[in-house]
Amino acid sequence: MLLGVAGGLGERLGVDPVLIRVAFAVLAIAGGSGVVLYLLAWAVSVEPEDDPAGPRPVRRPAARQAFALGLVVLGTLLLLREVGLWFGDQIVWPIALAAAGSAVIWARSDDRDRARWARIPGNPIEAMFTGRVGLIRIVVGGLLVASGLGLGFANTGADLAAAGNALLGVAITVIGLGLIFGPWATRLVHQLAEERRGRIRSEARAEMAAHLHDSVLHTLALIQRADASPEVVGLARRQERELRAWLYRAPVPPEGRLRLAVEAIAGRVEQRHNVPVDIVVVGDAPLDDAGRALVDACQEAAFNAARHSGSPLVSVYVEVEPDELTGFVRDEGKGFDPDQVPTDRRGIADSIRGRIRRHGGSVSIVSSPGEGTEVQLRLPRSQG
Amino acid sequence: MIRVFLVDDHHFFLSGLRAELGSEFEIVGEAGEVDAAVDGIRRTRPDVVLLDVHLPGGGGKAVLEAVRQTDQDIRFLALSVSDAAEDVIGVIRAGARGYVTKTISPPDLAAAIRRVQADDAVFSPRLAGFVLDAFHGDLTGVVDPELDQLTAREREVLRHIARGFTYKEVARRLHLSVKTVETHVSSVLRKLQLSSRHELTRWASDRRLV
Repeated sequence: MLLGVAGGLGERLGVDPVLIRVAFAVLAIAGGSGVVLYLLAWAVSVEPEDDPAGPRPVRRPAARQAFALGLVVLGTLLLLREVGLWFGDQIVWPIALAAAGSAVIWARSDDRDRARWARIPGNPIEAMFTGRVGLIRIVVGGLLVASGLGLGFANTGADLAAAGNALLGVAITVIGLGLIFGPWATRLVHQLAEERRGRIRSEARAEMAAHLHDSVLHTLALIQRADASPEVVGLARRQERELRAWLYRAPVPPEGRLRLAVEAIAGRVEQRHNVPVDIVVVGDAPLDDAGRALVDACQEAAFNAARHSGSPLVSVYVEVEPDELTGFVRDEGKGFDPDQVPTDRRGIADSIRGRIRRHGGSVSIVSSPGEGTEVQLRLPRSQG
Repeated sequence: MIRVFLVDDHHFFLSGLRAELGSEFEIVGEAGEVDAAVDGIRRTRPDVVLLDVHLPGGGGKAVLEAVRQTDQDIRFLALSVSDAAEDVIGVIRAGARGYVTKTISPPDLAAAIRRVQADDAVFSPRLAGFVLDAFHGDLTGVVDPELDQLTAREREVLRHIARGFTYKEVARRLHLSVKTVETHVSSVLRKLQLSSRHELTRWASDRRLV
């Protein structure tokens, strides 16, 4: 966390860095030797070369390792006590026990808890130092804790008259801890409440979606089957499409996906020409330059078919294959002889061709009079 | 005359269907919820059941599962306003021989009923797309290679259906007989119903709505 010594040691020894950190911290309390050791280790350590294979898997601390390390620390503590590098029994032992306890809690918590802690701004230590009044709060809190502990320990073992002072010490300590860890704790509570609210919201939304599905979607389907005017049918179709898109969209809208971009073509063509467009997309990919070119070309072909072919329906099919994107835009309209393309259609065909060829793809147009038209597009997928 | 049973909980829609289909088919009964549908179908033994996917009391899937325990030879055509992929795949895997949306035109619906009665599968472009999607991607977790992937021919047929071609047009373009196209589609339907392909379930749950 500071200079990476604990992390490095942990990786080398195959021990959870948290345990190493706790060990350093406990030794630091015991006469400051941990600080000296830490700096020494940093001085002799070498910066690891960048591992091209990526970060190594985090090793889970085994109970045996933790126990062994605990013994090592305990032994060192006893040694230091004999040598005289010692703050005194009353201070070192409680703090060492507290540190060990915290480590056990951390090690025993499962991954989900830990992931949740991690999402709360950093951890308690990091949270302490963030925020505007962070430093002042820490200093005041730290002083309170220290004086509280001092007051408490100074009076332990004394007569009953001192018990009041000990209680005062405890109170001051609690206030100090509250100052240090309070913001983190409130954020934790806040975040849990937020999660619960989110869950309630999504349940309410699912209920509403089920209701809309059973009522409004049916009405819109009925209108499309009835002998209504083309405008009304077109309106019902559009509303159905929009409602369906809202009902079935992913919880988090995936921005810039090819599938969504292709599906959006239908609304635009129907709005302008009132010709229904059937869209089928197989597979999905992020919307890159090649994908955008394909979507634009499909849309242009669909506009073209809706405007000129007289077909009651335009079908768009797009498939994402491992190495290429394919698109097919088809109508059942009057068709034309590809050798005698009407000039008004040639211009558009050329612009579709240009778009696709710029990305290394190919276009073919299959049509004959009375048989409808299909524009076929192929585009290599850009790598990376 | 083909005997048809209607299952739908929307009375407007039901009366619309009755009016459209009444002249061409014999409507032997109708029901608006699961238990009544199961009873009615067992009693009247129709050729084809038009089944709404969304029904109070367990959905169309519950009707399919109950009836198919006792009567294997009654054909089901699923009908829905919903295009949610999991609805489609769920009802097909429960045994329906086809799936159409409620916006289908009356003549197309009549043709679909006849096709199902003749034991063929009814694949709309959208259903073909869903199926291609379901069998898309790598084959990790595959148990039975014969069931868990489509042949190149089946894939080609499905692609053409997804592009909006009728069975007849697909046959002409691929130089096959219509019967062969129908065989390919039925084979895809069988794979969809029997495959334990890991992707099918994961894919359906990815698209879960409620």
